[in-house]
Amino acid sequence: MLSHKHLLGIEDFPREDIQNIIDTAFNFREVLDRPIKKVPSLQGMTVVNLFFENSTRTRISFELAQKRLSADTVNFSASTSSLKKGEGFKDTAQNIEAMKIDAVVMRHPAPGAPKHLTEFIDAIVINAGDGTHEHPTQAILDMMSLQEKFGGIKDLNVAIVGDIDHSRVARSNIYGLVTMGANVTLCGPPNLIPDTIIDLGVAVNYNIDEVIEWADAINVLRIQRERMGIGLIPSEREYRKLFGITEERINRNKKEIVIMHPGPINRGVEIDSGVADSDQAIILDQVLNGVASRMSILYLLLGSKDGDMK
Amino acid sequence: MKLKKLPKKLLFQNAELLDPIKKTNKKGNILLVNGKIADIGIFESPSDVKSIDCNGLTLTHGFCDLHVHFREPGNEDKETLESGSRAALAGGFTRVCTMPNTNPPIDSPESVSYIIEKSKDCPIYIHPIGAVTKGQKGIEISEMGLMNEMGAVAFSDDGLPIQNGLVMRKALEYSTMLGVPIINHAEDDCLRCEGVMNEGIISTRLGLPGNPNIAESTMVYRDLKLAEMTGARLHVPHVSTATSVDHIKHMKSNNNNITAEVTPHHLFFNDESLVNYDTNLKVAPPIRNDISRKAMVKGILEGVIDCIATDHAPHTLHDKETTFDLAAFGMIGLESCFGIVKRVLVDNEGLSLINLVELLTTAPRKIMGFNCDLLKVGTEAELVLFDSNEKWIFDNDNVFSKSINSPFYGQKLTGKIKYTISKGYISEIS
Repeated sequence: MLSHKHLLGIEDFPREDIQNIIDTAFNFREVLDRPIKKVPSLQGMTVVNLFFENSTRTRISFELAQKRLSADTVNFSASTSSLKKGEGFKDTAQNIEAMKIDAVVMRHPAPGAPKHLTEFIDAIVINAGDGTHEHPTQAILDMMSLQEKFGGIKDLNVAIVGDIDHSRVARSNIYGLVTMGANVTLCGPPNLIPDTIIDLGVAVNYNIDEVIEWADAINVLRIQRERMGIGLIPSEREYRKLFGITEERINRNKKEIVIMHPGPINRGVEIDSGVADSDQAIILDQVLNGVASRMSILYLLLGSKDGDMK
Repeated sequence: MKLKKLPKKLLFQNAELLDPIKKTNKKGNILLVNGKIADIGIFESPSDVKSIDCNGLTLTHGFCDLHVHFREPGNEDKETLESGSRAALAGGFTRVCTMPNTNPPIDSPESVSYIIEKSKDCPIYIHPIGAVTKGQKGIEISEMGLMNEMGAVAFSDDGLPIQNGLVMRKALEYSTMLGVPIINHAEDDCLRCEGVMNEGIISTRLGLPGNPNIAESTMVYRDLKLAEMTGARLHVPHVSTATSVDHIKHMKSNNNNITAEVTPHHLFFNDESLVNYDTNLKVAPPIRNDISRKAMVKGILEGVIDCIATDHAPHTLHDKETTFDLAAFGMIGLESCFGIVKRVLVDNEGLSLINLVELLTTAPRKIMGFNCDLLKVGTEAELVLFDSNEKWIFDNDNVFSKSINSPFYGQKLTGKIKYTISKGYISEIS
């Protein structure tokens, strides 16, 4: 059992909850390696995947997790045009709840939207990414991947590189890693790292080579092309030169470090193909752990009241 | 709230008569005859009149709010001149100035006259503020002269800060011949960018785009320097940052034409209250951090900020019951104002009740050039009676606005409005 009804963000989750989710995820990871990858844990439960923003991998990952747990799933993708007017959000949510569902997995472009949703409905809400606020399941799968690689998270040196300001992945990772006792350093262009962020217990270093030397693992964020040319990032080539995780940089470094990326990758911008495809990279392990992490979260929020994992 | 015509004669007996001009607070009576003050002080009570026992109540000037949005014409679903008047009465306000950002905006003598005509039958005094620029577009100055003749008491493009420095300069210069204040919502659009709340650790945590202090303070500084250069009257609305207060303080030391206001919500809240994405706390300028909030309190205590104004901004549930990024800016404020500012400034900060009343009565009236000396024989009754010790909890029942977008519900307050007398009416506030 977890101390919260919903998973709206990692910020409020205590260490015990996070560890519980990760440990349970490893149990499900074992299920995923079986020939028959399905358990009946959430049989009879209905989960709605409510996606107000385009997503392929997160939605598929959630859907697979739900199916592996034998839950019934419904996918709903709302058009963004009606969303812009603020229409439909409450109505949609209440309509869906009226059909007797147990949980909603929601992705939404507005920070705080999942919290807002909990004000209208009784079902369990799982945040699958809310604007630039949080992406808690990504943080869980990232931490699970770190634990898999290093045996634990405490005292690890973890760097997060990229557009921190606009990244929900960065925020959730910061909260989770700091809670779990890792050392976190952020790296990226100064205009994409809010100066107040050090209050969250992280360090900031604008020199990528120093950061690579320091880190045990680097989480490389996707650079969104829409940030280019509006005074935030002058060009892709300049970004790559100053902050890119290039083969030269990685080869120059004496110690082998673990490379992570939440995807999708801009090859040759924030990370070189040679690095992304190397043995140091655990990007595909992250994807697999994503399914296990989401199974764990769904199970702990919805299913644990029914007794032990079957 | 019971709203009735004043009887021909009405006696307020044994009230604390608080005169913010003479700065006195003495027990006494006030006799109204035909809506005017006929006698004041200690006198033999006439036997043939209706009277209200005011023991324990303070009787003073009706409050004046120089910054409200009554949404008429165009958004009568949010507020009308009539419903706004009732909200004002509930808060002890007898006189308000309405901002021109209606639909269409009040940017011509005809539209000014519409407000004047429409508010004639309202139970409070309503003064329209005209737009500085045509259509509030910030490009061409409006017919300020004709609007002023028709009754516009000040000019503002509130909500839409005048970005172009030349337009602001020309407007200030032009206004000098009228002697009325220009009120510029001070905010640099580019620096504000997409900001929906104060920029700081809370916006970083919430992932919401921040509006930095400097978006306001640089614009306040520009406006102050332009006012200095042109000799015009500048009123800075809803000050929210410490640096703005510093700029105003510095400029006021040698310029009598500068005035400023602060809202109850900027005195009361800090941005930590936004951690649950409460859209009723989404306002412009945003609720800042506690350093800024304390600077607002200090600005009042030091007299740098002249008065309190609510920026009463009604919105429908639909406009507010959405995600924070999409929700409308603004909160209602008339009904909760007195209890909130009394709590912050008197109960917590030790300001005297007389000084608080001054901030709500003579200070705003002076800025707008209204008659300030209201506790005088022969004056039309524009009065409020409040119980400064009554404890109450602000909730939905206290709201008379058409809208309910207040973040103050549930606040424990001390000091409650009991009666408001205005324009020949007496309202009993329950």
